[in-house]
Amino acid sequence: MLGTGIIKGLAVTAKNFVGSYHDPARMVTQQFPEEPAKLPENYRNFPFLVSENATDPMGTLRCVACQICEKECPPQCIYIEKSKDKKPDANGKMQIYPAVFDIDTAVCMSCQICVEVCPFEAIKMDQVFAIAQTNRFQGLLLDREDLAKPNSYYHSIHPTEAAEVDARLDADRKAAEEKAKAAAAAAAAKTAAAKAAPAATKSDSAVAGAGGPGPGSPSPATKPASPAAKPQDEPRRNPQGEGGPAKPADRAPAPKPASPPEVGRIVPNPPEKGDA
Amino acid sequence: MADSFLELAPLRLRDAIVGLFPDGLQWFVHHLLSITVILTVFGTFFAFTTIAERKLLARLQNRLGPNRTGLPFFRNLRLWGLTQPFADAVKALTKEDIVPAAADKVLHFLAPVLVVAFSLLGFAVLPFGRHLSPVELDAALLYFFAAGTATELAIFMAGWGSRNKYSLLAAMRALAQLISYELPLILSVVPVVLVVGTLSLKDIALAQGGWTFGVLPHWHVFTPWGFAGFVIFLVSALAESNRSPFDLPEAESEIIAGHLTEYSGFKYALFFMAEYLGLTALSGLGVTVFLGGWQAPCAFLEFIPSWLWFMGKLAGMIVFFIWVRGTLLRLRIDQLTRLSWQFLVPLALLNLLNAAFWARTGDWTGPLALARWAVSIALVAGPFLLLGRKVNSSRAPRTYRYAD
Repeated sequence: MLGTGIIKGLAVTAKNFVGSYHDPARMVTQQFPEEPAKLPENYRNFPFLVSENATDPMGTLRCVACQICEKECPPQCIYIEKSKDKKPDANGKMQIYPAVFDIDTAVCMSCQICVEVCPFEAIKMDQVFAIAQTNRFQGLLLDREDLAKPNSYYHSIHPTEAAEVDARLDADRKAAEEKAKAAAAAAAAKTAAAKAAPAATKSDSAVAGAGGPGPGSPSPATKPASPAAKPQDEPRRNPQGEGGPAKPADRAPAPKPASPPEVGRIVPNPPEKGDA
Repeated sequence: MADSFLELAPLRLRDAIVGLFPDGLQWFVHHLLSITVILTVFGTFFAFTTIAERKLLARLQNRLGPNRTGLPFFRNLRLWGLTQPFADAVKALTKEDIVPAAADKVLHFLAPVLVVAFSLLGFAVLPFGRHLSPVELDAALLYFFAAGTATELAIFMAGWGSRNKYSLLAAMRALAQLISYELPLILSVVPVVLVVGTLSLKDIALAQGGWTFGVLPHWHVFTPWGFAGFVIFLVSALAESNRSPFDLPEAESEIIAGHLTEYSGFKYALFFMAEYLGLTALSGLGVTVFLGGWQAPCAFLEFIPSWLWFMGKLAGMIVFFIWVRGTLLRLRIDQLTRLSWQFLVPLALLNLLNAAFWARTGDWTGPLALARWAVSIALVAGPFLLLGRKVNSSRAPRTYRYAD
């Protein structure tokens, strides 16, 4: 009959009207400034720097100022200055750190490439979107104090992703410790066999390097040569080739065989040489 | 029954104010006062209709609607956003008024002024209460339609004067719509004139007084022909006031904003004001003619002043129109005219016949009264079902073929 469709439609809207007063499932509106916005877990907009410790964010940044993100950033919104000195990182290894780490959020296009290329899990995507400022340039330029947020915060915004990252870092750390132990044992065996003169340098590198010279003893001669050749093109070519989806596959075998060379490859030459 | 104090309060107040002036001026003050009250009451009514419409539409779509606007200097007082219309008024007043270089300046300026003026004219003859008719005309119904129709003229002025193809398209649509729907609108009211035997709105409202068993009101909408007339009136009133689903003249998804395209600032606001005032006036007419005017629905509710009943019914009509707007989709122009000429006009004509039958059989009693109802209902339902099938046949349901 003519008109039944109209009555059905009116019934639907009437149900909406009544339901909107007592059925919270119908009302999807979030009254934002009063109520915090409920964001999906995978929501991301601007990057932040992960620090291990909330009480000392500047001292425990994971970032080692390798500058890969700075080079990869398509709109070039990242500016990094390396430190002159070194600080021990979470594993106790001496690393340089970013003396200056700026991200211009007016320029950032939220592409997440910096996160994907970072080998240290040091930069992650944040969920803070209300970043409006009253001045045009300075307010949107975030320095490292603004960017540093503790790992616990990362867990609170991206729980699953953060758990994966932590598991990976723990595996890396354990592998490194075992390697260090093995290297120390090997070094001890060598020292027992050899004289006291070379033993001093071996134990030195085993403690500071935390498995850095993974193959350890056989490689002091080859080590200066290979990292010197790599850094020119490898960091540029490799992350681009990897991209997003290739990352887990690349990561899975990474902990044991690949991590020490990777560290050696990515951290530019001078510190390695200084170490050795 | 004796009039209560509240019933007479507006009259007493008016007489007291008029009494302050010398005799020669009293007639003038009397009418000036009526005009002022209509402008104030329905201006405010318009303001709150806009916020009510936005809130209701939001609720019909599971949203919250505007709830932020508070008061200046009282930051924490939000009042559920009820001051939104005043903020809108300030915005409209402070906006730049842009007139296209090629526009007909006179028509462009006159259109919004006239559209509001014409839509206000209808309020003059509506009986807002038992004793509250601003002007008591014998041919009030005729006057109402004459004044109301003129708004379409102003819309055409706006479309023509803007010198914009979208505006002109809208103006032509508005005229087509006007010609199509003026006919069923008037034809839907004629049965009431036929039965009551007067064109005076005051007498039409009076004729619907009384109750069966004290609870069933004798409103025209509760007769078969009155119900059919009311439905036709509702549809035509929607079309006359250019509201969804008949908002083709300003169909924003097709022709930008139609005749409003070249208007900005307060002139734009005036068009909106006219649309709502026209809708309110038409709703007022519908209330008077079909819904018993200012009459209370039950005998024991008569202690509530009649003008409150009128405004309550008026608000109910407006809410219904908002509900329809939140539900239905816009028609195409061919569907629009077909609905009028092939469906509403024949139904309205048959309804006239029905009312004539009803008027002639007023003295039928007992089983004959049942026969009277049965015949009248058949005269409404039969043509509706038959015509409804014909309107839809060969056109609905439509099948769409998509490219694979």
